[in-house]
Amino acid sequence: MKFKRLLRMLALLAAFTVVAAACGGSDSASGGGDGSGADCEAGETDGDLAIFNWSEYMDPDLKTAFTDEFGVNVTEDNYDSNEAMQPIISAGGSGYDFIVPSDYMVSILIDEGDIQALNKDAIPNIGNLLPEFASGLPFDPDATYTAPYQWGTTGLGVDLSVTGEDVPRSWGLVFDGDLAAEYNLEGSYATLLNDPRETMGAALKYLGYSLNTTSDAELDEAKKLIIDAKDRLTAYESDQYDELLVTGESVVAHGYSGNFIVQFGEAENADDYTYFVPDEGGTRWVDNMAIPADAPHPCTAHTFINFLLDAERGAQLTNWNFYASPNEAAGEFIDPEVLEDPIVYPTDTSKLEFISDTGDFEINFSDAFIEAKG
Amino acid sequence: MTAVVDKPTEQARSATPEFEAANERQKRRRGFLLALPAYAYLVLFFFIPLGIVVAYSFATRTRNGSTSLSGWNLEAYRKLGEPIVSDILVRSLLLAVITTVICLIVAYPFSYFLATRSPAVRNLMLVFVMIPFWSNFLVRNYAWRVLLGNDGPASQLTQAVGMGETNILFTQTAVVLGLVYGFLPFMILPMYAAIERMDWSLIEASRDLGASGFQTFRNVALPLSMPGVIAGSILVFIPSLGAYVTPEILGGGKTTLLGSYIVVQFLTARNWPVGASVSTVLMLVMLLAALAYFRAGGRTL
Amino acid sequence: MSTTRQLRGGTRWALSLNAFLVYLFFYAPIALLVFYSFSDDPLVGRWGGFTLGWYRDFGENQEVQNALSVSVKVAIISTLVSVVLGTMAALALERYRFRGNRFFDALLYLPVIVPDVTMAVMMLLFFTEGLSLVNTVFGTNLAKGLATVSLSHIAFSISFVSIVVRARLNGMNEKLEEAAQDLYASRWQAFRHVTLPQIMPGVVGGGLLALTLSLDDVVITQFVSGPGATTLPVYVFGLIRRGVSPLINAVSVVMLAASILLVVLSLVAQRARGESAA
Repeated sequence: MKFKRLLRMLALLAAFTVVAAACGGSDSASGGGDGSGADCEAGETDGDLAIFNWSEYMDPDLKTAFTDEFGVNVTEDNYDSNEAMQPIISAGGSGYDFIVPSDYMVSILIDEGDIQALNKDAIPNIGNLLPEFASGLPFDPDATYTAPYQWGTTGLGVDLSVTGEDVPRSWGLVFDGDLAAEYNLEGSYATLLNDPRETMGAALKYLGYSLNTTSDAELDEAKKLIIDAKDRLTAYESDQYDELLVTGESVVAHGYSGNFIVQFGEAENADDYTYFVPDEGGTRWVDNMAIPADAPHPCTAHTFINFLLDAERGAQLTNWNFYASPNEAAGEFIDPEVLEDPIVYPTDTSKLEFISDTGDFEINFSDAFIEAKG
Repeated sequence: MTAVVDKPTEQARSATPEFEAANERQKRRRGFLLALPAYAYLVLFFFIPLGIVVAYSFATRTRNGSTSLSGWNLEAYRKLGEPIVSDILVRSLLLAVITTVICLIVAYPFSYFLATRSPAVRNLMLVFVMIPFWSNFLVRNYAWRVLLGNDGPASQLTQAVGMGETNILFTQTAVVLGLVYGFLPFMILPMYAAIERMDWSLIEASRDLGASGFQTFRNVALPLSMPGVIAGSILVFIPSLGAYVTPEILGGGKTTLLGSYIVVQFLTARNWPVGASVSTVLMLVMLLAALAYFRAGGRTL
Repeated sequence: MSTTRQLRGGTRWALSLNAFLVYLFFYAPIALLVFYSFSDDPLVGRWGGFTLGWYRDFGENQEVQNALSVSVKVAIISTLVSVVLGTMAALALERYRFRGNRFFDALLYLPVIVPDVTMAVMMLLFFTEGLSLVNTVFGTNLAKGLATVSLSHIAFSISFVSIVVRARLNGMNEKLEEAAQDLYASRWQAFRHVTLPQIMPGVVGGGLLALTLSLDDVVITQFVSGPGATTLPVYVFGLIRRGVSPLINAVSVVMLAASILLVVLSLVAQRARGESAA
């Protein structure tokens, strides 16, 4: 019967595709960066540029300026988390030339062979970086694969009109009910990031542990802390915590530095709000420029990285989105009030930690977080 | 198939057994050909990809969170036995049932009312049900957040009528409200399609014979519109079981539901085998439920 | 079809009230959305005085316009294709008995059941591997983009359409169609003039559902699109971290206004056609 033959053909096709997918999957794990870098020269372009970046992270004027200077078109698409970007890049064939992964994601992408080594000859402006960044950070020890884009911190935004001006810079505002009560914090008043690493990390820091711990006992303690804080929480919110704070839905909000600055700047009573990284320590993160291993236009991407590392353009980025610049030469072009703002540039970074990928322990983090939420 | 070829077989419908069998065969083939394009499409663009995910559920997560396609095992299924997973499942089922029931209660009289309007008004009213949903999904959810928030319009309304402040934002009530809002059209569309084609003379006859409004509804209208009720319930129940954006935005993500659990496995924990195994089990259970339903004599749909 | 559909006293009153409340419920967030599209404050929910600035921004913002046009294209393609395929499948399953009928029936539910992240992941893997296979075999240079997004949307819409159409078809009178054929109407004529008008409310309903699903999908689209093929929902999703500004409200209002205009125009056209035919 025709029908049966058709079914058999389809089954064969299905089997073939699954096998192809399986082989393809293991292929992409072994390919990629061999450490040599693309064969490009400074200022060389090899086609239009496709950017895959966080939203509202790139001044549109910079894209126009790049088009004007090099005569290539720039398209940008956005993602809202490292985890949404990574599978798309790792699968291969994404078509993107330029991505901006955060620290721990960089190490994953390097391990998987998903990003290529940079050819430093094509990026002369790399010399503009602060020494701390130029020499490579833990996730990319020799700065082989990435160049830093911008950096910031994770901490607490507080509505001072409720707590009073002399609020302690501590995670205890969320995790210690007695302390919170002293500062007029009652009922449910706090939002935490809906992110296992950030929120478990905050609890770990409050307890005095590393936020990259791989100890089940420490993680368990952190979990209990979050369970105890349940009644004090308004929501787990990763996106609009700053809006909730300035509209009075919450009084204490866990979130990223730059977002708070922008939001506070637009509020009528900007002085009522503050942001700090608690004294117990917190997260410091760096977003980095990288080129996917199978980028269609690696030379244009190199030229774009060089373009953004220019002193004035680095400053333009920071003046636009209020995240700290790793660019030393950019310093003189950054608005003084931004440069002197302790929210943007924390004075003491010794208690700050990068989130690093903990391998198999990531599962423990995510399970603990789900259990903590209930 | 042209009219010329068809005619003799059609006319011979009651002629001889041979003709009847031939007719039956032809009808079967016609049905198959009619279904073929959709199924060919789904095989290529849905079932083959689905096969990949099912295969992934037997794979292993590597240290980096990628998926190693060797050393197949059942590890990912073992995780489903953890107590937290059954808690999540029960919670999600409960929420989906509540959402479906509310949608049923609201949508039935609405669809019934719609079906009693004149044809032009009916269509217009139906389109105006859908129009709000052509705005942006996220914007709608955030609009609800503003409506339900501290001192939001909802709270001001209840204060005005002397019911005091209401702040249901970030509660389970808000989640149900958001889900009902999002899925109500999924209930209304099939229900309306079914009620509209009901034989209304039966309703008329029932009333003329002295049956009360409720009796008519219970014994005549409801059985006649059952296909719509079932289709609508499926279209509401299943998506609300897997919903995660509305629970996160309106519920504040304070409890984990099935939808978010799967998202967390795929994206946050980058544990694709577990994400795949949860999805596979979910689909298998639903599929078996559907087959059991048909077998038990339930109408297809 | 011409039976009187009268509601009696109390029922009529209760049903009207219910319908009114349903519309109020549907349009409450829409009213808020429209209201804040005229607010001169980047925060939705905080009134900052009247402005048309967000609409001006929309007129100038190339990215949003591009995303909107991709969305509309994908929505139209996927709705048309899934309505045709879904209706055919519904007719086949409801009207004919053929081998594997039950099984096909159950399979058709899978695209409704599958969680959308799961579908996103599987479509990503499928299209990545599928395209590289096609490119190697045929030496082409195909990439993910508008086409892969449309293909994926069709894949999940077919089932929704066919479920709605079947709710309409189920138990519907086949006699009219058979009578038409007995009267020497061709199969197509019988379908076109008898069956189709009868199932139209189901087809329209299914189409509306498919359109809505396509216009709302984020996760699957994000995973199967390529550079420059961002749809509006994906664009908005990217924005939430920095706050969804009233710009998106303005875009939504423009879309709502455009769809209402389309509906009105089609009604006017229908009426005009009806009059000229009469």
